[in-house]
Amino acid sequence: MSIDPDTLIDLDGVAFGHGRTLLFDGVDLRIKRGQVVAVIGSSGVGKTTLLRLIGGQITAKAGSVRVAGVSVGRLDRKGLYALRRRMGMLFQQGALFTDLSVFDNVAFPYRENTDLPESMIRTLVLLKLETVGLRGAASVMPSQLSGGMARRVALARAIALDPMLMMYDEPFTGLDPISLGMVGRLIRRINDAFGMTSIIVTHDLNESLLIADRVILLADRRVYADMTPAELRTATDPFVRQFVDGAFEGPVPFHQPAPPLAEDLFDRAAHRH
Amino acid sequence: MQRIVIDVLGDLGGAVIDGLGRLGRAALFFGRVLGVSHRVLRRFGQVTREMRASGVRSVLIIVVSGLFVGMVLAVQGHDVLQRFGASDSLGVLVALSLVRELGPVVTALLFAGRAGSAIAAEIGLMRATDQLSAMEMMAVDPVARIVGPRFYGAVFSMPLLAAMFSVLGVFGAWLIGVRLIGIDAGSFWSQMQATVDFRHDVLNGLLKSVVFGVAVGLIAVFEGFHAAPTAGGVSSATTRTVVISSLAVLFLDFVMTTWMFRG
Amino acid sequence: MDVQGLTVQRSKIDVLVGLFVAAGLLAAVFLALKVGNLAGFDTEGGYRLEARFDNIGGLKARAPVKSAGVVVGRVESIALDRETYEARVLLQIFPEHRFSKDTIASILTSGLLGEQYVSLEAGGDSAYLASGDRIAKTQSAMILEKLIGQFLFSKASEPNAGGSK
Repeated sequence: MSIDPDTLIDLDGVAFGHGRTLLFDGVDLRIKRGQVVAVIGSSGVGKTTLLRLIGGQITAKAGSVRVAGVSVGRLDRKGLYALRRRMGMLFQQGALFTDLSVFDNVAFPYRENTDLPESMIRTLVLLKLETVGLRGAASVMPSQLSGGMARRVALARAIALDPMLMMYDEPFTGLDPISLGMVGRLIRRINDAFGMTSIIVTHDLNESLLIADRVILLADRRVYADMTPAELRTATDPFVRQFVDGAFEGPVPFHQPAPPLAEDLFDRAAHRH
Repeated sequence: MQRIVIDVLGDLGGAVIDGLGRLGRAALFFGRVLGVSHRVLRRFGQVTREMRASGVRSVLIIVVSGLFVGMVLAVQGHDVLQRFGASDSLGVLVALSLVRELGPVVTALLFAGRAGSAIAAEIGLMRATDQLSAMEMMAVDPVARIVGPRFYGAVFSMPLLAAMFSVLGVFGAWLIGVRLIGIDAGSFWSQMQATVDFRHDVLNGLLKSVVFGVAVGLIAVFEGFHAAPTAGGVSSATTRTVVISSLAVLFLDFVMTTWMFRG
Repeated sequence: MDVQGLTVQRSKIDVLVGLFVAAGLLAAVFLALKVGNLAGFDTEGGYRLEARFDNIGGLKARAPVKSAGVVVGRVESIALDRETYEARVLLQIFPEHRFSKDTIASILTSGLLGEQYVSLEAGGDSAYLASGDRIAKTQSAMILEKLIGQFLFSKASEPNAGGSK
């Protein structure tokens, strides 16, 4: 059904939620091949959920999620795994296998998904590690790596099979400014060098403004704003402004919706006798 | 008062429904693990690794426990048997106790504490640190790659460990009975051999330990795989593994004993 | 270097696990031969004899069958004949032992409290029992209560039994 061959990801009226509360209700999103898209939004708005929907780890309640023209929710296990071989995902803390060395971590996708001889795997792994600048750390165990290095090793592992789509879940969290800039630059460089498409879920607006082609603001269970970094800087919408300026007061409330405090306290007390 | 009764009944009902749901999920999970068996067993190197992690590292505790259990059985058994002038039957008493019951059961209990808890904690931690999700996103089924080898590692290790336990127990009894107390070595062995039946006693005992291996292995991987991705979740998965597998072993032992040794 | 490091580590694991499996299997063999005496009781081979008893006492399946104190077989199964109300005992006899047609089967107890077994006393007949044959002469288990009963009864019937006390 996908008409435009340039569109890699196509979310159409996607709804998702646990139980009765909906996290998403009518999310529409199109991402073109070759773009780096940053997804921002308040904590708990469902940024990671968006990635899990695209990766097929969860299924939408309504609407369709299509990657490269394939509807993810309709795939069987085999089709899903075939699709995932062409996707890479970088998890929040890297999710390196702690019982395997850096080398074996990066070799893992090759050993599991290909029949390549060990000598060729070795070459490929060292090349990927070179890409992230950590060829020298091949024999190190993940526990001995710093946060930034672990993130880069995980990146090398995620791009091992040269995916068409890379998804990054909070790649900048917990990194010092130097590592942060390094990872950011790396994401952009890898995207362009290997002709990928990237989605970055992040809190870090500054870094995403530097490297992204488009910024998507999730709020109110849908895509609230979809603009280029330049547009975002000059946006006038109060909600967007609050995000860009990081202001405390604004449309995003500090409090979760709740009944008046006195009523709540009295009510609780009445229950417990 | 009425409210308390309703509360208690509600808690009870909730617990039962919760437990049944868990049991059902465990059964489904068992099916999933069995479903990937061919893939797991074809790459036996993975299973070998896990047998080292769970089996080889349990050898010391099994050997030491077996030896001491055997020695204690000899001391206690001799104390009772000599009142009937039947000290010569010590070998029979010890061998039957070990081969039929204590070998499989105590091994399974020790294994649950030593290896089952470790398996649950390891898988739970992999869940908590997104390693399992990462694997799924790399198009690798964590049930085949992580759960399967650990499960089969436990299943293969258990009967081997139980056999070692029983042998060391018999050796311990021999040390105390023959070397220390001075029972005739000939009657110690010959009575044992005349009474212990290979198929009825030894094979049934080994069969028990295979079943215990399946039970403990399954409970450990199930609890680990379904642990809440938090520190508390991993710790409760570990605790549950030890508690539930111990109870399961004792219950299964009762069922199998009545079925095997009724006659 | 990493690849090699891995293979070295892998083979070390293999050796360790190999040792573990070997030790476990050795233990199982020990249980089979030294504890269970598998070689002595090959339940697969041998032939089957039938014996009927009025009362088998505490005889159980798998109890030994002995001749002159030597184990020559096992009790395979025990059942009650629905018409004669006799106990039908099937015996599995090791193939190397043959017994004459007039063999007597009796149920004895090893020691005062020991387990009960079937004893076969060979006779002088030159024809041998074949598989499936029935042992004609049998002697039931001694039941302690009956023995005591008989003893008291015979004492009471003696003429000067009452006078001594």
